[in-house]
Amino acid sequence: MLTYVLRTLLRMAITLFLIVTLVFFATRLSGNPVDFVLGEGITKEDRALLIAYYGLDSSIGTQYWRYLSSVFSGEFGLSFLERRPVSEIVLERAWPSLKLLLSAVCFTLIVSIPLGILAAIYRTSIIGSVVMVIAFLGYAVPSFIIGILLVLIFAYTLNWLPVIGDGTALHFIMPTLAISGTLVAAITRFTRNAMLDVLSQDYMRTARAKGLPEWIVILKHGLRNASITLLSVVGLQIASLAAAGSVVVESIFAWPGIGDLLVRSAILRDYPVLQFGVLSVAVAVIAINAAVDIAYAFADPRIRLAKG
Amino acid sequence: MTDATHHLSSPRNTATKTFRIPIWSDANWIVRIALLIGLILVVTALTAPWLAPFDPNAQSLISRLRPPIGFDRYKDGFYFGTDELGRDIFSRCIYGLRLTFALALAGAVIGLLIGGTLGLMAGIIGGMFEEIVMGLVDAQIAIPFTLIALLILAAMGSSLDVMILVLGVYGWEQYTRIVRGEVKKLIQMPFVEAARAAGATPARIAVRHILPNVVSPIVVQFTLNFSNIVILESTLSFLGLGVQPPTATLGSMVGIGRDYLPTAPWIVLAPAMVILLLTFAVQILGDWLRDKADVRLRSR
Repeated sequence: MLTYVLRTLLRMAITLFLIVTLVFFATRLSGNPVDFVLGEGITKEDRALLIAYYGLDSSIGTQYWRYLSSVFSGEFGLSFLERRPVSEIVLERAWPSLKLLLSAVCFTLIVSIPLGILAAIYRTSIIGSVVMVIAFLGYAVPSFIIGILLVLIFAYTLNWLPVIGDGTALHFIMPTLAISGTLVAAITRFTRNAMLDVLSQDYMRTARAKGLPEWIVILKHGLRNASITLLSVVGLQIASLAAAGSVVVESIFAWPGIGDLLVRSAILRDYPVLQFGVLSVAVAVIAINAAVDIAYAFADPRIRLAKG
Repeated sequence: MTDATHHLSSPRNTATKTFRIPIWSDANWIVRIALLIGLILVVTALTAPWLAPFDPNAQSLISRLRPPIGFDRYKDGFYFGTDELGRDIFSRCIYGLRLTFALALAGAVIGLLIGGTLGLMAGIIGGMFEEIVMGLVDAQIAIPFTLIALLILAAMGSSLDVMILVLGVYGWEQYTRIVRGEVKKLIQMPFVEAARAAGATPARIAVRHILPNVVSPIVVQFTLNFSNIVILESTLSFLGLGVQPPTATLGSMVGIGRDYLPTAPWIVLAPAMVILLLTFAVQILGDWLRDKADVRLRSR
């Protein structure tokens, strides 16, 4: 068990190191950052002075080393555009993103788990087919199209919902739906498959044979046993799908979150903000994945009790 | 050649389940519709210069923001209406589809080549090399690809080449995982042993004996991946990070058109519908191929 946890943590550390390195080289290979900071109309001498000041004249190896040590001491620099620490800018944006994410995850679970159970129970009838077709097609719809169609229908045609910002509860409805589209499709499929595996087990027949009502059989004996597999898949999928979805959806609805910030700093080439933003999202996703992995190991006696 | 002699003459086919590309008569009606839509879209993309009634970038300020056929103020010949610069949306959709197709195809092929080669090499060489490759695969799976795409596009700028690079990197880890797994399984098989005993070099074993057997999972993965790449390309173009104006891709048409959503929704709706048709068709075909290739799924 201990080895398993350690191996998970080691893998996490390697992944983190790779993303830190990728971030460094991606932004350094794109040309001299000084040119983006300063714009035009600066003398050659001043430019050389600044390059020396930022240490950009040293070798790429030295720069990389300096970058690594600053990352580990928690210094990520100033935004090119806003002239304040990037950690401050990204942190301000974390809470709105988190709120939206929580709302999307709750919505996804509330919708897709019952749908998945229905699809498993009625898999041969029309209900199962309809659910699966919707889940299947939902996976092929880009979230920006869901977002745009929602805006067109509920904001511009019906005038029911506000489009921009995160002011009230009403503001949450459309972004939540837009992010959840892909998630609902994915989790419904997983729930159905996990339930199908469980439904054909012998203990289900036993539960029915001793006269339990059908809904207790399904929920207590079925869902509970399917939930271990389900939770691990949900945990692993949700983090990365939601990270991808929120980038697009936040920028459609001008949601003051990290996704919107990432897109904006990528377009405006605000490298320090982009670097720190990408790093923080990656760290969050990787940490969630590792936590799910370890939690799964604790829940599964085959791993928990394994020697070594 | 009958089936039986076919098997005898090429022993490699007996190693795994045989896979033949399914045909029209195997398909149910949903798949047939998807096949038809796919075929129409491919032909449209290929014949764009002949099919499009107008130059996709020709502006005409007198005929700005005209609605599609069947609405008031419809301008004759502009079936899907015109956009904010008076360009014909029908022609732009056709050319956008062509570019989206070309980009997605290039990206999917590059991903396949990178991922497939790494998987093949990891499976055959093994040892330290395999450890490193699989470590990279794990890392790639753990990091949302959108983040990597944003980094590359911000660092290298948005151009056609960079876009192909980004789409080409996408999905390589899936091929590596699948191919390596298959290779590990195949390498134990008697016919590989026999080839080795007959003095075949590792390269020859890889190309002649192992590669033909991993074709079927690769075909399936390629189709499923293609639809994801279309979504990725449209999403990046939608955000303004893809191919730059005035060149039309389906995603950028939606992205730029959203400013006119309240007054001229057709600018967005036409390309959005084309994207949906494309991703639906490809997704359905990919799923169908997977069912055909994977015996275990047939019972469900």
